[in-house]
Amino acid sequence: MAHSQVWPDTWSRPPRMIRSRPWRIILAAGAILYLILAIGSVDVNWTRVSEGWERGARFIGGFLQPDFTSRWRDISTGLVESLTMTLTSTVVGVLISVPIGLGAARNLAPRWLYAICRGIIAASRALQEIIVAIFFVALFGFGAFAGFLTLSFATIGFIAKLLAEDIEDMDPAQAEAIRATGASWWQVVNYAVQPQVMPRLLGLSLYRLDINFRESAVIGIVGAGGIGATLNTALNRYEYGSAGAILLIIIAIVMIAEYASGHLRRMLK
Amino acid sequence: MTHAETWRHRTPRAALALWAGWLGLVALFVWCWNLMTERTMWVFVHDAPNAAADLIGRALPPRWSYLERLWQPLIDTINIATLGTLLGIVLAVPLAFLAASNTTPSRLIARPVALFLIVASRSINSLIWALLLVSILGPGLLAGILAIGFRSVGFIGKLLYEAIEETDITQIEAVTATGASPLQVLNYGIVPQVLPTFYGISVFRWDINIRESAILGLVGAGGIGAQLQASLNVLAWPQVTLIILVILATVVVSEWVSARVRHAIV
Repeated sequence: MAHSQVWPDTWSRPPRMIRSRPWRIILAAGAILYLILAIGSVDVNWTRVSEGWERGARFIGGFLQPDFTSRWRDISTGLVESLTMTLTSTVVGVLISVPIGLGAARNLAPRWLYAICRGIIAASRALQEIIVAIFFVALFGFGAFAGFLTLSFATIGFIAKLLAEDIEDMDPAQAEAIRATGASWWQVVNYAVQPQVMPRLLGLSLYRLDINFRESAVIGIVGAGGIGATLNTALNRYEYGSAGAILLIIIAIVMIAEYASGHLRRMLK
Repeated sequence: MTHAETWRHRTPRAALALWAGWLGLVALFVWCWNLMTERTMWVFVHDAPNAAADLIGRALPPRWSYLERLWQPLIDTINIATLGTLLGIVLAVPLAFLAASNTTPSRLIARPVALFLIVASRSINSLIWALLLVSILGPGLLAGILAIGFRSVGFIGKLLYEAIEETDITQIEAVTATGASPLQVLNYGIVPQVLPTFYGISVFRWDINIRESAILGLVGAGGIGAQLQASLNVLAWPQVTLIILVILATVVVSEWVSARVRHAIV
C-alpha cells in the first residue's frame, strides 16, 4: 500500500514578534501614519539648507585641514581646564559616592539610610549634566569650578549606584566569616566588603574618568569652562579650521582614554 | 627562623608601592586643583549660598500656566528622538555588519573604515553634533534629528557588531550546509540570533535619545530645549523650573516604557 503523503516544498519563516495578523497590520499602519505625521512636522528652510552646504563644505575642509596654531592659546587653556576638571571631579565624585554606595546597599544599611541614599542617587541620575551645569553656572559664576561641581554631582549617581549593586551582589559567606570572628561593622566593611568590590570600583572610576572627559567637552557650551567653551566660540565665529582641530583633539583623547582605561581595567581583573 | 608577629595582607614592598601610588594620585589631584581654580572667582563661590537662596526664591513656584505652550515643543522633542533613532538604526545596521569580523566583506578596508566611523560617532556628544549641524543647516528640528541620528550610529553600531561577533557558529554552519547563499546565511543564520539584542539596543537608545533631545534646543536644534534657552535668556526662572519638571517627567516615563519593552522582548 503506497503512501501518497505530500510534503510541503516551501517554508516561510513564522513571524517573530507579533503572532496575530490583525495586530501586525494595525501596528504597521500606525507606524507608517506616525512617520508621515512626524516627518511632515519637520519644516525645513531649504534656502537656508542650500546656503548651509557651502558652510558644510568649508567645515569638512576645516576638518581635513585643521588649524591648530592660530587659536592655540585658547585651545590649550580649554584643554587644561577640561583635563584638570575631569580628574578632580572624578576623584571627589568617587570619594563622595563610596559612603553613599555603602548606604545604598540593602545588605549593609538600615532601611532609612537606604531610602536617603537611593534618593540622592536617583536625583543625580535623573538630571542631565547640562541642566545641572546651567544651575551651577548661575550659582558659582562662569568657569571650570562650576564644571567641576557638575561632573562631581553626575559622578556620584553613576558610581554610587553601580557600587551599591556590586555590594548587594557580593558573596555573603565572606562577610559572615568575618562577622563570626566578632568584627565590628567597620571591620566587616574593611575586611569582607572592600576586598570584594575594590577591583570593580577602580574599574568603574576609570570608566567614569573617560565619561567625565567627554562630558567636560559639552558642559562648556553653557558656560562651565573647558574645551567645550572653546569649541562653541570657534563655531560661533565660523572658524571651522580651529573647530576641526578641537574636534580632532577630543576624538584623539577619547580614543586614547578608552583604550588606556580598557587596558587598565583588564589588568586590574 | 623568626616569623612575623602579625599577619599582613601585603609584602612591605607591595605596601610601599601602593602608598606611593596613592601619594602620586593625591599630588596629581592637588596640582590639577590648583591649575583648575587659578581663574576661579572665589567671590562668587563664597556668595553661592545667598545666590542659591535667591534663585530658589525666584524659581518657585513653577509657572503652571506656561504648560500649555510646552506641549508642541514636547511633541517635537519626542519626534526628534524617535526619527533620530530610526536614522541611527538605518545607518548603523550596515555599518555593524561591515564592522563585525565574521560578516565583513573585507578585513583590510571595510572593517577599519566602519570601526573608525563608529568610534568617531561615539566620541562626539550629540550636543556637539547639534552645534555643528545648526551652524551648517540653520536652527530647527532637522539639525536635531541628524545630530541624534549621527550620535546613535556609534552606540547602536558598536553594540550590534559585538552581538554579531558573538553569534553561535553552529547555527550559521547548519544553514550554510543546506547550500544557502551568503545572503540567506545572513537572513536565516545570523539575523534571528541578533534580533532580540537589536530590539533591546534600539529601545535603550531611544530612551537615551529622549533625554538628549530634551536639551538639544539649547544650541538651537528645536524641541523643548529651545523653550528652556528662551526662558533662561530672559531669566524667567519660574518657567525654567516648569520646563525642567516636564523634562524630568518625560525622562521618567520614557525610562519606564523602555524598561517594560526590553523586559518583554529579551
